[in-house]
Amino acid sequence: MMNGSTIIFYLLATLTLTCGLLSVLTQHIFRAAIYVLFALIGIAGLYFWLQYEFIAAVQIVVYVGGIIVLIIFSIFLTQQTGEKLAAPKLDRKIWAALATFCGFALTIVQIYQHSFSSFSQDTVDPTVANIGHQMLDVNQTGYALPFEIVSMLLLAALVGCIVIALRNKTEQ
Amino acid sequence: MMEPGLYHILFISTALFFIGMYGFFTRRNLITMLMSIELILNSVNLNFIAFNKYVWAGKMDGLFFTLFIIAIAAAEAAVGIAIIINLYRSHQSIDVASAEELKY
Repeated sequence: MMNGSTIIFYLLATLTLTCGLLSVLTQHIFRAAIYVLFALIGIAGLYFWLQYEFIAAVQIVVYVGGIIVLIIFSIFLTQQTGEKLAAPKLDRKIWAALATFCGFALTIVQIYQHSFSSFSQDTVDPTVANIGHQMLDVNQTGYALPFEIVSMLLLAALVGCIVIALRNKTEQ
Repeated sequence: MMEPGLYHILFISTALFFIGMYGFFTRRNLITMLMSIELILNSVNLNFIAFNKYVWAGKMDGLFFTLFIIAIAAAEAAVGIAIIINLYRSHQSIDVASAEELKY
């Protein structure tokens, strides 16, 4: 007996896995970027389905709105239009498919043999207020130090990008 | 078809991880390899969220790990693409074979 929630879950799962698979199989680089975009939207939908709305919003803003746009821009800057990617060699395809399939089968068998049980009776709602309080908390369960470290990392990445982009200009 | 739960989400994330792995093995273009890495990171994020919801519902640690992974992935993609575009300027190609000498 399928209810609406179950149907939505299977639709999102199909969207995510189909687009992910197509993105690694297609020979058009721009199509690959669009398939990755839809796979990431499918994952954002799964976060909505799990009722982690904040993470879903962050996923859409950062991945779909940021990283994929960056990737599409870099495709425009580096690729000739209409040019197909070279198809990988057949033996490399076969070995890669074999290795990933064996890894997949091994992992899935391990997961289904293990029984996960819930460790906590009480539940904390992942609301924005709860997330913000714990994120900026300086007590034992707070995440203030990783937050500061990540902000330093983002600053360093920003400066690094500027330095990498500037260097060729000064040489010319 | 049963009621979806932790195992279904773990199946999705495992499948997505190995799809990204296959792309990483077969692709020879740096941008598509970066896309495969994004797929792998997303499958890990999905795992963290699923375990947080179904196993440790009383805490939000998995959620914070996901947030920090997203932040680090954004920084990694920005620096990676800056390097790729710089490589294209000097070598006119973004194939991994053209990046074998990591000088200057």
